[in-house]
Amino acid sequence: MSKVQYQLEPLTCPSCIKKIEGALGKMIGVQDAKVLFNSSKVKVSFNKDQVTSEELQEIIEKLGYPVISAKIA
Amino acid sequence: MGKMKKVHIVIISGILLLIALVMYWLNLGVWKNTVLITTTFIAGWSIANKAIQSARMKAFSIELLVTIAVIGALMIGEYVESAAVTFLFIFGAYLEARTLEKTRSSLKTLIDMAPLEATVLKDGERVILPVEEIKQGDHILIQSGEKIAIDGKIVSGKALINEATITGESVPAAKNIDDLVFSGTIIDNGYIEVEAQKVGDDTAFAKIIELVEEAQEAKAKTQKFLERFANLYTPAIIILSIIVFIITHNIELAITFLVIACPGALVISAPVSLVAGIGNGARNGTLIKGGEVMENFAKVNAVVFDKTGTLTEGKPSVTNIKSFGMDEEALLKITAEAELISEHHLGQTIVKEAKDRGVSLTNEATDFTVEKGHGLYATVASNKVVIGNRKLLSKNNISLDMSIDQFAIQEEKNGNTAIFVGVNNKVAGIISIADQVRQEAVDTIRQLKAAGVEQTIMLTGDNKHTAEKVAAQLGIDTVFAEMLPEDKVNHIKRLQNEGYRVAMVGDGINDAPAIALADVGLAMGAAGTDVAMETADVVLMSDKLNRIPYAYSLAKATIRNMKQNMFFAIVAVSLLLVGVLVGKVFLASGMLIHELSVLIVILNAIRLVRYKQRNK
Repeated sequence: MSKVQYQLEPLTCPSCIKKIEGALGKMIGVQDAKVLFNSSKVKVSFNKDQVTSEELQEIIEKLGYPVISAKIA
Repeated sequence: MGKMKKVHIVIISGILLLIALVMYWLNLGVWKNTVLITTTFIAGWSIANKAIQSARMKAFSIELLVTIAVIGALMIGEYVESAAVTFLFIFGAYLEARTLEKTRSSLKTLIDMAPLEATVLKDGERVILPVEEIKQGDHILIQSGEKIAIDGKIVSGKALINEATITGESVPAAKNIDDLVFSGTIIDNGYIEVEAQKVGDDTAFAKIIELVEEAQEAKAKTQKFLERFANLYTPAIIILSIIVFIITHNIELAITFLVIACPGALVISAPVSLVAGIGNGARNGTLIKGGEVMENFAKVNAVVFDKTGTLTEGKPSVTNIKSFGMDEEALLKITAEAELISEHHLGQTIVKEAKDRGVSLTNEATDFTVEKGHGLYATVASNKVVIGNRKLLSKNNISLDMSIDQFAIQEEKNGNTAIFVGVNNKVAGIISIADQVRQEAVDTIRQLKAAGVEQTIMLTGDNKHTAEKVAAQLGIDTVFAEMLPEDKVNHIKRLQNEGYRVAMVGDGINDAPAIALADVGLAMGAAGTDVAMETADVVLMSDKLNRIPYAYSLAKATIRNMKQNMFFAIVAVSLLLVGVLVGKVFLASGMLIHELSVLIVILNAIRLVRYKQRNK
C-alpha cells in the first residue's frame, strides 16, 4: 500500500472536500482518500499495482484543483 | 483559460465593468451591452466550469445556482445584472481565498521554519545535503543563525537555542553535550555537532505539524450541527424558492432567492474561527486537538493539578539526612544501595545524592519488592531494609518514637518529603527530600481564576504537610495528599459527578489514566514524548505552567469568536432572504452583501491569529 500527499492551492469551499474525496474514492486501487480542508492537502493511500500517483493527480486537476506539490511516502 | 490565474480574470472583468460604466455615461448603449456580455462570459467561464465539474460528481454547488441565474439574466436581457453577479462572485471567491489564507497563516509560518538542507559530516568531510537524505546516526554540524534539521543529541559543542517553534518559549535555552535538540529550532549563538536520532516525518516538529493539521480537521460539535443544518437547509431553500415561484410566477425572484440563500457565511463561520484559534495555539507551543476539545476546554471550571513535576520543578534534591543509631553516611549508603534498581524518582534522588557525596555503592540488593505508592523492601548485605512512608513502617510493626515523628512532621511542614528508613525492624533514619515550586505557578493559578476557573485542586502522592504547604503558597483551593494513581481517577470522577467540567494537568505519562478521564486532559513538557502528545487533548510543548492560562483564554476567545460568527451569519442570511422577498434586494446587490458577510466572518476570525493573552 502506497501513500501520497498532494498540496493544493487554498481550498475555500467545504463542498470541495466531498467532490475530491468522492472522485478519488471511486477509482480502482484507491484504498482511502482524505481531504484536509484547512491545510488544503489531499492524502491518498492506494495500491500502486492498480493506479499511479500521476493518475490520481490528474483526476484532482481535472476537478479544477491545481496540485502544487506531491509527496510520496 | 485553464492556465490563466484567477486574479487575472478578476482584474480583467473588473476593468471591463468600468469600461461599460464609462460607455453608459457616453450613451454608447450597444457597445456597453457588448462589453457587459463579454464580462459575463469571461468571469462566468470558471464558474460554469466548476458547476459542470461538480454536477458530474453529482454534487450540488453554489456555482450551479449562479450559472442558472446568470443564464436566466442573459435571456431576459439583464446584462448589467449578469456581469455584476459573475464579477462579484469571482471577486468574492478570490478575496475569500486570500483572507482564508490569513486564518491559516500560523501553521504556514510554522511549516516554513523547517530547514531544507543541512551540513553533514561524512567521512570527516562536510557535505551539504537535502534533509530527505539525512539518515539516523549521521552527524550534523550547526552554527549560529542556522536551523536544526533533525532531532538528535549534542555530541560536541554548546549553544543557545531558540526553541519557540516547538515550545512557544522565546527565551533561548542553553544546551550542552548530551542534551536533546529538535528540528525546526534555531541556534541563537554557538556551534554544535549533533547525532541524528529522528529524521524526516519522525521528528517532533513534523509530528506537531501533522497533529495540528489533524486538529484543524477535527470538528466541533457546533460545527457538525451546522453541517447537518446545511444539509437540511439547502433542499429546504430549493423547495421554498419553488413555492415562491408558484405564488409569484416571478422566475427572477425565485432564482435570486435561491442564490442569495446559499449558506456560505454560515458554513464557514465555525471552521475559520477554530482554524485561526488552533493555529495561534500551535505557534505559541500549545496544541489544542480540534474543535470539540476547544469547546470543552472553554467550558472547564475546575482544574486539577498533579503536584510533582507539574506545580513543582520535578527535580527533587536531598535537603537533610537524620540517622538514628548509625552513621549518617552508612544510612545513605544502605538506602541508596536498596534504591539502586528502583525507578521511583525519589529513590533516584537518594542514589544521586549518595553518588554526589562519593559514597561507593558496593552491595547489591536482593528480594527487591515495591509496595506501590508506599515504598519498597529489599535485603542489603543480609540487612532487611524498609524504605517508604509512615504507613509502610507501621505496616511492618516498626514503631516510631514521639520525638522522631515530631522531627518528621517538622521536616514536612517545611515542605520536605520525609522518607523513613527502617533497618532490621528498627527506625534507622529519615531522609528529607524537597522539590522547588515553579516560580510561575502562583501567577498561573491567579490567571486561571481570573479567566473563570472556580475550583483549583492539587492531587499528590506526597504527604499531607508538604502538600498543604505547597497549596497555601500557590493559592490552590483544595488539596488531596497521599494519593495513589487510582485515587486520582476517583477524584476526577467525583468532581464530574458534582457537575464540574474538569481539566487535568499532568506530565502525560504517570497521569495518563486521569488525563484520559478528565473532560480535557493537558500534558506538560510534551515536546519529544510521543505518548503524551498522543493521549492528551491539549499538549503543552514546554514545561512552562503559564501556557495553561494562555490555552484556556485562547479556547474561550475562540469559542466566543465562533459564536459571534454564527450569529452574524444567521442574521445576515435571514435579513437577505426577507429583503429578497419584499423586493428590496436584487441579485447583484444581494450577491454583494452575501460576499461581504462571508468576508466579515473571515476577518473576525483573523483577529484570533493575532490574539495575545492580556496580562491581568
